[in-house]
Amino acid sequence: MALATVVPGVAGAAGEKLVGTLQTSRSGPIAGVGITVETADGDEVDSVETDENGRFSVDLPGPGQYTISLDADALPDTVKLGSGGDTRTVTVDPGRSQPVNFGLSDGSANSGGGTIRAVQLFVDGLRFGLLIAVCAIGLSLIFGTTGLVNFAHGELVSIGAIIAWYINVRAGVPLIPATIIAMVVGAAVGALNERGIWRPLRRRGTGLVAALVVSIGLSLLLRYLIQIVYGGFSNPYGDYQSQRAVSYGAFSLTNRSLFSIIISVIVLVLVAVMLQRTRIGKAMRAVSDNRDLAASSGIDVNRVILVVWMMGGALATLGGVLLGLSDQVQWDMGFRLLLLMFAGVTLGGLGTAYGALVGSVIVGVFVQMSTLVIPDDMKYVGGLLLLIVILIIRPQGILGSRARIG
Amino acid sequence: MPAEPAAHGAHAAGPGEAAAVPARGSGSDRGPQRLAQAALKDLPWEVGVAKPDPAIVVDGVTRTFGGLTAVSVDHLEIQRGGITGLIGPNGAGKTTLFNLLTGFDQPNTGTWSYDGRSLGKLSPHQVARLGVVRTFQLTKALSRLTVMQNMLLGAQQQRGENFLSALLPGTWRKQEAANTEKAMDLLRRFKLDAKKDDFAGILSGGQRKLLEMARALMSDPQVVMLDEPMAGVNPALTQSLLGHVKNLREEGMTVIFVEHDMDVVRDISDWVVVMAAGKVIAEGPPESISQNRAVVDAYLGAHHDAPLTVEEEDRVLAEASAAIARDEGTDADVLSSDRPNPERTDR
Amino acid sequence: MSDLLNAFAIAGKAFFGFQAIFFALLAIGINIHFGYTGLLNFGQIAFAMLGGFGIAISVSQWGLPFWVGVVVGVAAAVALALLLGLPTLRLRADYLAIVTIATSEGLRLVFRSVSATPVTGGTRGLAAFNGDFMDLAPWDTQHRYRILGTTWSGGELWVALIGWVLVILFSLLTWQLMRSPWGRVVKAIREDEDAVRALGKNVYAYKMQSLVLGGVIGAFGGMVYAVSTGSAIPDQYQSANTFLAYAALILGGAARVLGPVLGSMILLFLLQFADTGLRALISNGVIPEGLLSSTDVAQIRFVLVGLGLMLLLVFRPQGIFGDRREVMLDAR
Repeated sequence: MALATVVPGVAGAAGEKLVGTLQTSRSGPIAGVGITVETADGDEVDSVETDENGRFSVDLPGPGQYTISLDADALPDTVKLGSGGDTRTVTVDPGRSQPVNFGLSDGSANSGGGTIRAVQLFVDGLRFGLLIAVCAIGLSLIFGTTGLVNFAHGELVSIGAIIAWYINVRAGVPLIPATIIAMVVGAAVGALNERGIWRPLRRRGTGLVAALVVSIGLSLLLRYLIQIVYGGFSNPYGDYQSQRAVSYGAFSLTNRSLFSIIISVIVLVLVAVMLQRTRIGKAMRAVSDNRDLAASSGIDVNRVILVVWMMGGALATLGGVLLGLSDQVQWDMGFRLLLLMFAGVTLGGLGTAYGALVGSVIVGVFVQMSTLVIPDDMKYVGGLLLLIVILIIRPQGILGSRARIG
Repeated sequence: MPAEPAAHGAHAAGPGEAAAVPARGSGSDRGPQRLAQAALKDLPWEVGVAKPDPAIVVDGVTRTFGGLTAVSVDHLEIQRGGITGLIGPNGAGKTTLFNLLTGFDQPNTGTWSYDGRSLGKLSPHQVARLGVVRTFQLTKALSRLTVMQNMLLGAQQQRGENFLSALLPGTWRKQEAANTEKAMDLLRRFKLDAKKDDFAGILSGGQRKLLEMARALMSDPQVVMLDEPMAGVNPALTQSLLGHVKNLREEGMTVIFVEHDMDVVRDISDWVVVMAAGKVIAEGPPESISQNRAVVDAYLGAHHDAPLTVEEEDRVLAEASAAIARDEGTDADVLSSDRPNPERTDR
Repeated sequence: MSDLLNAFAIAGKAFFGFQAIFFALLAIGINIHFGYTGLLNFGQIAFAMLGGFGIAISVSQWGLPFWVGVVVGVAAAVALALLLGLPTLRLRADYLAIVTIATSEGLRLVFRSVSATPVTGGTRGLAAFNGDFMDLAPWDTQHRYRILGTTWSGGELWVALIGWVLVILFSLLTWQLMRSPWGRVVKAIREDEDAVRALGKNVYAYKMQSLVLGGVIGAFGGMVYAVSTGSAIPDQYQSANTFLAYAALILGGAARVLGPVLGSMILLFLLQFADTGLRALISNGVIPEGLLSSTDVAQIRFVLVGLGLMLLLVFRPQGIFGDRREVMLDAR
């Protein structure tokens, strides 16, 4: 954050450190990897190697910004660097032992013997895309029913994932019941959003553009509140962490990834059935089709929107837990996913639930498979490029239709 | 011969009138109308009939939304210098036809031309620059611009609208002053001169319609297309608006307008085109229409003298498109806007 | 009490410092996009990044003179505006919003990636490219000057001087454009672009011109930032900065020539005051450590910005200096 870096901290507080652990579930702790720390000006602070537990710790001369890099050549062949590359830039606050996470992956993608990289990436992308879809359906339905482009939707994902983490890790509840409780809380958070902010704003006649900027304010507010409460760390859930990838011939998956796919598909099918078959689902479609018409034919529009928000909140929570399972729980995980959600929703056609589904899956698969040709740390860029290309070819999105003028 | 509206005579003494309205006077006043009416008098009352002096010619234009054909016009000619009324029940494709003619929408097939020049590939602003201007069903007054700024926007070929010239006021001051003069004349004609420094957003619905029409006239158009100019206007202003529409013809412009109110159509049009379900089902002079069986069946039966509100129109349309969707067995299994719903009115 | 005075003085420096200039330039650009033309550009920080890196890469990687770097930065911003505008300016406003924020995040990811490191310096960025600029200063840039209880280095003063000259120039440019017929067309597009099309204006071309102009001004903002800090690091150019600039614009009043400038100064003053004040209160023990630690202060500021942005839009959308009457007409 530009602002954070220029304001000098209170100098002289003792004991600033950079600490971290290099390990993956498959390889275990990785020892003997060189770690170099430099100041923002490029002066070397120290060089160390990880110990037998994969840990490293570097004492720092004071708070400020540091660059920490890792000797990628010393990693075992099966271990690959994650999307962040081999360097990290961190800002260390006074007196703080700052954890550094290099996001290593154990290459389970390539380790199943018979796996084909393209197939493996496709399956990973499918998992990722379905997860995006679970998160994004609420975003799309909210847009459809209220016209709001909700930039604070990512925070619903983060909040859900973090609540589940507190219930799971701090309160010791197993992850599945923890997730269900968190989904209930997530639905309540969604309802709170609608009742506390958006319904009063609609009543005031706040324009859509103004509402969009309000949602940006809300996103900033929530995101940094989360960081204050939860902290800037990434933490795993308590369950299902030490799983080995199971080979399925051309690809391999951990059981949690497999269940992530299965759960996503079940949930998405349930949502589709609800939209098609139930009264409330039909009402949702009617409201997003034409709000005034729906209101005049006796549908309680505000109630429908409330349900959409609750559903969006619960689904975002579920998506957040699935994301936390694969990528750990972080304060800004939802915001980073938000752009891909937007990409998916826009690709499919803004406001259409099935469009969000199709678009998200395409984005997920494309992002993963693009690493066949572009470096891993640029894979999100590929997804965003895809969005722009599709907008040129088919502006209304894959399932959208053109608006009428006049 | 329709009655001369009171508003028409009332402003005859306005300053600058002579310059803005050439060839006005009791003698030549009805000249152009007589010309158009006389030219159209002997034409057969049949669909697609050739006009003696067509300004706009439409050939084989179709536009479909999903499975629904919104417009399918085989051949249509619009007489130059006359007032052509375009009527039809809701969902008949009148506004869609307007959108196609002015470049706001692209057809699936077909060609159309103005003065022999094809308009098929042109974008809306290029059509407007050729002298074909339109207004919108839901008035598009530019709310946070003053009435005068709205008017000035209508002027064509402004040097100051070029980015670089804008930085050099010397290059556009004189033109701006001339345009302001012209705008004031028009505003006086439309009785909006007292409002010139107000934001357009605070005008009443009727005043906005007047402003939109006056703004369109700033570009010295050849063809004026008015989409429901009387909709939502209070009766007191209706007469004045009608007077202005007739004035356009007297200044030699070709006018096409969409209207629901049959009395208005009978009052001012030289020729009436009736659309239903995207097709032209009849055309002829106003008096021929009420005798036409197809028209009576398609249109006059239901909503003869009660113009529909936007909401009612929406409901009718939604019912119609739902019925069509049912017929085709494609019952909306997709959400929201991807449903074929061509005549859905903009917010 | 002296803490409070001290906080006030430091905040006063922020009022005129390079960050206020940085946000003022970003916000002047956004004002042209959003305030006048109605374009939702959420990727303004990408223009700033191209401006900053235009100089940084040209000077420290390619060994070109400083002024060529400025030209490269502007050219890059123009190119980005064209690339963004081509696919999206024909579409609804929200598409531009999504594409621009996506692009700004995407560009930052590219600039910080391992593959781009040979050019951009990766996560560490580039440094040592502002020597030529500092040499032009008519006074000693190393010397420290005390002004009204705050300390400024000669370099800071030099950057601030040139920066404010830029702010004034671009404000004058905005003022002249917006009183011309060009500005009239652009404002009309904000109200209803179909109406403007029907009046024979090439709406697409005007939107593109607006996007390019605002983007170039944003690029100058990035240059001021990079020259002032002496380094260009991709992670300095986070999307949150775009939103801060939006907050500044709305605070000062959108669609007013001086709105973005005053808004940025006030925003920076408030942020710095809150920051220094909170830290002082925590170290004095007025706020107990358990409730809020000094490490949280940086986050608190963003919380406050978010809250302020929401409250402003809901209760005073015209900003501090805006005209309520105009905003009431905004039916979008």
